[in-house]
Amino acid sequence: MATLIPPPSKKQKREAQKPREVNLIPDDLPNVLIKFQASDTGDSVGGGIRVPGNISEQQLEQLLNQLLGEQDDPIPYSFSLLNDSKKGDLIDIKDNLYTSVLKPELKTTEDVLTLVYTPRAIFKVKAVTRPSASIAGHGSTILCTQFAPHTSSKMVTGAGDSTARIWDCNTQTPLHVLKGHTNWVLCVSWCPNGEVIATGSMDNTIRLWDENGKSLGDPLRGHTKWITSLAWEPIHLVKPGDSPRLVSASKDGSIKVWDTARRVPLMTFNGHSSSVSCVKWSGQGVIYSASHDKTIRVWDAKNGKLINVLKSHAHWVNHLSLSTDYALRMGAFDHTGIKPSSPEEAQKKALQNYDKVAKINGVTEERIVTASDDFTMYLWEPLKSTKPVCRMTGHQKLVNHVQFSPDGRNLVSASFDNSIKLWDGRTGKFISTFRGHVAAVYQTAWSSDCRLLVSCSKDTTLKVWDIKTKKLSVDLPGHQDEVYSVDWSVDGKRVASGGKDKHVRLWTH
Amino acid sequence: MKPLQPQNEYIEQHIKQHGRRLDHEERKRKRIAREGHKIAKDAQTLKGWRGKQFAQKRYKEKVAMKKKIKAHQESKVKGPTEPLENNDEALPTYLLDRQQTNTAKAISSSIKQKRLEKADKFSVPLPKVRGISEEEMFKVIKTGSKKSKAWKRMITKHTFVGEGFTRRPVKMERIIRPTALRQKKANVTHPELGVTVFLPILSVKKNPQSPMYTQMGVLTKGTIIEVNVSELGMVTAGGKVVWGKYAQITNEPDRDGCVNAVLLV
Repeated sequence: MATLIPPPSKKQKREAQKPREVNLIPDDLPNVLIKFQASDTGDSVGGGIRVPGNISEQQLEQLLNQLLGEQDDPIPYSFSLLNDSKKGDLIDIKDNLYTSVLKPELKTTEDVLTLVYTPRAIFKVKAVTRPSASIAGHGSTILCTQFAPHTSSKMVTGAGDSTARIWDCNTQTPLHVLKGHTNWVLCVSWCPNGEVIATGSMDNTIRLWDENGKSLGDPLRGHTKWITSLAWEPIHLVKPGDSPRLVSASKDGSIKVWDTARRVPLMTFNGHSSSVSCVKWSGQGVIYSASHDKTIRVWDAKNGKLINVLKSHAHWVNHLSLSTDYALRMGAFDHTGIKPSSPEEAQKKALQNYDKVAKINGVTEERIVTASDDFTMYLWEPLKSTKPVCRMTGHQKLVNHVQFSPDGRNLVSASFDNSIKLWDGRTGKFISTFRGHVAAVYQTAWSSDCRLLVSCSKDTTLKVWDIKTKKLSVDLPGHQDEVYSVDWSVDGKRVASGGKDKHVRLWTH
Repeated sequence: MKPLQPQNEYIEQHIKQHGRRLDHEERKRKRIAREGHKIAKDAQTLKGWRGKQFAQKRYKEKVAMKKKIKAHQESKVKGPTEPLENNDEALPTYLLDRQQTNTAKAISSSIKQKRLEKADKFSVPLPKVRGISEEEMFKVIKTGSKKSKAWKRMITKHTFVGEGFTRRPVKMERIIRPTALRQKKANVTHPELGVTVFLPILSVKKNPQSPMYTQMGVLTKGTIIEVNVSELGMVTAGGKVVWGKYAQITNEPDRDGCVNAVLLV
């Protein structure tokens, strides 16, 4: 049977018999000199401080909060060691200073250690454990799901019955039906300002809707085949007062940038020779597109010039993720969902949110990861070089979905070989494999505090994984058939999923 | 009646070598022109079985023609079109260009829908079976030195015998299940997917002839067996792999020497 665990191999048995190293922290460590440095601005705090060599992460956190004068309501931080200041090589500190720095002999106790600190999410998302509702309404397979960027009470789904629907998640009832498309609604995208929804369909058109389900005029026509992916312009790049632009990718190999106010195409990028599978608008004013012609292209969003062509993959590129995806999706909102009072403020706030993730040592750095049918993934820094940072191998079947964690430190990949793999988001190093699904894994979604992950699969279940323990946290059966799409709300309260059984399911703690 | 089909390609070959007769085109045109008259005559004069056959054929042709005309007329109408009625399931973008592996996908939502209706919960593909008499099922084996005793029976049909079965001592054994007629695997067809897989039999669940035959594991047409479907990769709503599933035997194994069955979903 497929679920039976095979007996351990000879190698595993031998490994198990070896004397294991005990993780003891010696008490008699000398003091070390450390220096704190903010990760986004690069400012250092407090100069050199002498601390015991076995200082734990919590103690470092306390110390830093005291130095910053925030004892009253302390902010959790994560720390990493700046190993090489020229290269900007960072090593994360897990648990304590000794086990992550001194024991692997990265630095000695004689050196001055520069610790880079990043604020973690103040709130904690609880793992979803139960289905709170199963709402019927759609007449066919649900193909895509997305929560609003500002609230967890609104969610939009697109389905095979050629409608998209907005749901009220507080009362768990249907709110609006977005009728207009004449074929399957393949992708939905909620604008990061929370006011507009774009839907792309099999009938080659894109439609725009406002938050209350009213259609904003005629469909956007131009593509000759169905729409595969949609992305909005990041809020911090939009001039206050303007409406954000939209980029759409299609099966016909073209990418179009649309002016959503005047409803006209501004630019068309024809470069890909095959279907474009994914498109993303980066926070640095470039557009990334991944295609079935094995290339990833980088376009300038201002004038439409092709900046780079990234070739390394040997087969279709299926998906693409930015390290700042989550920040861009949230725009000017945070987990509290407070609306900024003016467009100027929104822009400022969005830039702040973006910088929190994108800036490392005061330098904006955006990485992308691409997943492909050749079973591998590549990590790139496309604005620095056309050579990949890392090639990530390990999956045994095609990789369907990759996603950076909201803080950009980790990334996960979902593959058709039934496994999910966790990788380091900076170096691309392999961290762990999550096994448990008994069929292909289709999509994943991060919780906004980066501690949890939910995945949906062909085997009709959702599974919640804990990043810290690297284990299955909760198994969520309930769907009657394949689950095609899953999303975790920005405030972490709810998970929504939809699939072949035509029911939208909401999951809560 | 169909005329005899030409054997081999000699007509085509002749046409290639010598061409058609000179008035071929004209004859053809005339034949087509006369066709309406011929059909009208046939419709009036054909009697009996041939008349029925003709009427049936004509009816089908007319239905097809009407459908075609309607489709043509609809294509000319301008204005907002109705949403497409897709018979096949909608797929997300990441599955659109992929070929579906049909072995793995088993429980489609349409079947689920059917199950919800509950009405045909107990219906099976073969609702009725031919009765089998004891004489046909059993062969009497005479024992004793004078062959005067006749209490032993041998089953003449194929049987399924479980893994750990040991025969009783010959002296006591009343019913013999011949080893040559034992079956371990069955060709199981998935009705929705149309795939046939050779799967191990787990047990005989019900033989419609008699509960005794069920106990003895006799495989006749219409028998419900349990098969091991772990290869198919079916999954329950709870995300567990389905192991055993019921199937009904569709052939008479003693005639074919194999067991063919259809999966009950």
